[in-house]
Amino acid sequence: MTGPDASNGRDAGVQPIAGPGPDARPAVRVEGLHKSFGKLEVLRGIDLAVGEHEVVCLIGASGSGKSTLLRCVNLLEPIDAGRIYVRDEEISAPGVDVNRIRRGIGIVFQSFNLFPHMSVLDNVTLAPRKVLKVPQGRAEAEATSLLERFGLADKRDEFPDRLSGGQQQRVAIVRALAMQPDLLLLDEVTSALDPELVAEVLELIRELATGGMTMIIATHEMGFAREIASRICFLDAGVILEEGPPAMIFSSPREPRTAQFLQRIIEAGRL
Amino acid sequence: MRPASRRYDPRSLLIAAVSTVVFFGVLGWIVVNSPGWPEVQSSFLNGEIFWRSLPKIVRAFWVNVRLFLIAEVLILAFGLVLAVMRSLPGPVLFPVRMLATAYVDVFRALPGVLVIFMLGFGIPGLGIAGVPIDPFFWAIVTLTFLYSAYVSEVYRAGIESVHPSQEAAARSLGLSRFQSLRHVILPQAVRRVIPPLLNDFIGLQKDTVLVSFIGVVEIFRTAQIIQAATFNFTPYLAVALVFIVVTIPLARLTDWLIARDKRQQAAGGVR
Repeated sequence: MTGPDASNGRDAGVQPIAGPGPDARPAVRVEGLHKSFGKLEVLRGIDLAVGEHEVVCLIGASGSGKSTLLRCVNLLEPIDAGRIYVRDEEISAPGVDVNRIRRGIGIVFQSFNLFPHMSVLDNVTLAPRKVLKVPQGRAEAEATSLLERFGLADKRDEFPDRLSGGQQQRVAIVRALAMQPDLLLLDEVTSALDPELVAEVLELIRELATGGMTMIIATHEMGFAREIASRICFLDAGVILEEGPPAMIFSSPREPRTAQFLQRIIEAGRL
Repeated sequence: MRPASRRYDPRSLLIAAVSTVVFFGVLGWIVVNSPGWPEVQSSFLNGEIFWRSLPKIVRAFWVNVRLFLIAEVLILAFGLVLAVMRSLPGPVLFPVRMLATAYVDVFRALPGVLVIFMLGFGIPGLGIAGVPIDPFFWAIVTLTFLYSAYVSEVYRAGIESVHPSQEAAARSLGLSRFQSLRHVILPQAVRRVIPPLLNDFIGLQKDTVLVSFIGVVEIFRTAQIIQAATFNFTPYLAVALVFIVVTIPLARLTDWLIARDKRQQAAGGVR
C-alpha cells in the first residue's frame, strides 16, 4: 500500500492535492460510512480519503452530516456500517483501543467545551499529563510555549469564563494541539463566535495549515474554505455529493444542488 | 429575578408590625387560656428542671456530634461510590448498576428506625466472633447505610447535570472514561450539589437521635432518662433548643451557598 517514499514532505502542506495518489498513504480513509440516530439516517454512505498535510473542508447545509462525520472519525459516535482507517489501521474495528486512537486525533467543537473549573493552563496540560504521562513541569512549559505562539500567554492563569469566545476557541485549539495530533478535526469552530472574533480563530487555523497540519474542517466560512482548503467536499443529505479543488467547486460546480447551496450563501452575503 | 432586598415604606412596616403583634397575641391568649394550660406549663416548661438538665443534655449532644461527623465522612465517600456505580455505562457493567440501584431503592424505601433496629440488634445478635457489639459502632453503620442512599442520588443528579459535551471534550483528548469522570465530570458535579448535600446533612444531624433506640446514650436518650426520673417533659424542650441552635446556622449557610450559586450562574460564572 505505501510506497518507499510517498513524497509527502511537510512543504506539501498547502499544495492543493486532488486526492491521494496511488502511492500516497492517506492520513484518513472513510469507506461506506453509515450512521443513524434512531430513524434518522444522518450519514448515508460516505467515502472520503484525506492525504497527509491535506486540508479538506466540508461544506453543506446544517443537518447535512458534517459534524456527525467528524465525530465518527474521532470515534465519539459509534458507526452503523462502513470502515474508517487512520494510516492504514482500521480504527472502526471492534476491540480497538479508542483512547489510543483519540490521542492522535484532535477535535475542536463549535461550543469550545473548555473545562470551566480549570485554568487555561490546566485545560491545556490535563491530557498530556494524564494520558501521555508527561511530567507536570514539562507539560506546563510546553503548554506555555504553545499559548505564547498563539498570543494567549497572558491568559495562562485565567479561567475560561473570563475569556472572550475567540480566546476560548483558540485555547480549545491549543488544548487539542498539546496532544500533538496527526490529524485535527474542526467542527464549525467559528459558528458560535461574534463576527469580530472570527478572524483571530481563522488566523490560527491558517497558521496550522501553513505548518502542514492535516485537517478536516466543517465550516460555513466559504471565503476561508476557498482560501485554505486543498479540497472541498459538499455534503448533502448524508452523502458527499460533489468534491474537488476550491476553484472548481466555487466557480463551476457540477451538481445543481451545490450551485443552489452556494447561491444561498452568496445571497446571505457570506461569500 | 427576585430583588435582593424588598423595600417597604413606613406605612407598610407599621401595618406589618401591628399585624404580627395581633396574630401572636391572639395565639398566645388562646394557648394560655386553654383548659390544660397549667398542667402543660408545669410538665413542659419547668424552669428549674430545664436549667438542671441542660448541662447533661449538652454533654450528651457531644455523642450526636461525634456520630454525625464520623457518619458524614463515610456517607460522602460511600454515596459517591454508589453514584459512580450507577453512572457506569455499557452492558458489561449492568450487574454493578443493578446492584447499586437495588441498594438505593431498598434503603430509601425502608423507614430509618427499622434499619437501625435490624442492623443494630440483628447483626450483633448473631454472635459471630469478631463482629462488634458496641451500639455506637452500629449506629455509625446504619446512619451511613441509610444516608448514602440519599446522598448518592444527590451526587448522581450532579453528575447528570454536567453537559455531555464536557465528557466528549475529555474523551476526545484521549482521557479514559475513568479519567474523564475523575478530572472533568466529578469536580463540576460535586461543586453543584454542595447545597443539597448540606440539606441532607441537616436531616442527618436530626436523625442521629434515632440511634437512641439501639442503646446509644445520646441527647434524646439522656432526656428520656431525666424525664423518667423527674416525671417532667422539660428536658425535651432543652433537646429541641440544642437542635435549633445547631441546625439554623447550617440552614442559613445552605441558603447562602444556593444564593451564591445563583448569582454566579446569572453572571455566567458557572456552566
